[in-house]
Amino acid sequence: MRKKNKNKNNKNLNASWLKPYSLLQNYPLYIRSIPAEQELKFHYTVHTSLDVVDEKVSAMGKALVDQRELYLGLLYPTEDYKVYGYVTNSKVKFVMVVDSSNTALRDNEIRSMFRKLHNSYTDVMCNPFYNPGDRIHSRAFDNMVTSMMVQVC
Amino acid sequence: MPAMADETLFQLLHTQVVAAAYGAGRGSGDEGLRAGLTVLEGMGFRVGQGLAERLPQGALAFREELDTIKFLCRDLWGAVFGKQTDNLRTNHQGTYILQDNNFPFLTQMAWGQQYLEEAPKVLGEQFLAFTCGLLRGTLSSLGIESSVTASVTSLPACKFQVVIQKA
Repeated sequence: MRKKNKNKNNKNLNASWLKPYSLLQNYPLYIRSIPAEQELKFHYTVHTSLDVVDEKVSAMGKALVDQRELYLGLLYPTEDYKVYGYVTNSKVKFVMVVDSSNTALRDNEIRSMFRKLHNSYTDVMCNPFYNPGDRIHSRAFDNMVTSMMVQVC
Repeated sequence: MPAMADETLFQLLHTQVVAAAYGAGRGSGDEGLRAGLTVLEGMGFRVGQGLAERLPQGALAFREELDTIKFLCRDLWGAVFGKQTDNLRTNHQGTYILQDNNFPFLTQMAWGQQYLEEAPKVLGEQFLAFTCGLLRGTLSSLGIESSVTASVTSLPACKFQVVIQKA
């Protein structure tokens, strides 16, 4: 069975990444970071976190599942990151990479951020001019993400 | 009540969409018919994809195929047609039949005798193409590839057959 994997939105505080990953090949639909350097490293971080996401999704099998998963446990020895993931029913994945030095971020804040992301993504999906699988160019989406990242940074 | 007007508006819009899909400019005969079918089904597919994002209000609730089909019968039918399907049958090997005994798109046609003789095939294939695409699109977004066909047995009842594609 082919699995559709869309990853979206990596958020990294002090370096924020938004990364949506898409179908089959797991390519990103949307990437955003603050500041914009070190992108490659975050690409890598997010990509490896996809495996963890897949693990969790398949493990959730029969049990009653929750929509979000926290803290995938990707802590690099040199730098501290917390990686949060979120999966929707259509296998779209949102990945947020957050600097660990930002301890003010609480669990429910992360959850509400993911909810907002999901809602905005749903809006993008319902746009008839958007082809599922394309990169996301929606300004409304951009603005929502910007305001979220500004809030947290 | 705004909610009641929604259904009528949607039915009227759907009728016009069908007319436009098969209308002038596409040519008559088999080719034109096929083009119209493709357009209509494709439209339904895209709408289904959007619906699949918006409708499931809650956790990853689809543990198995049957759950997803039940979601179609209850939630999708409820949101789009204002009711639920009347019957669901399966052969447990990837084929499902969703039966609706009073399908909203067909109720207006059921009043008189005029359309009873009209080939049920025409109605099933051509008129319900959008709905078939809708089901297929929703399923596809939820991870299930399928092929959906419709058949009208006796107005206003109809059946949708969903055949899951095994990878």
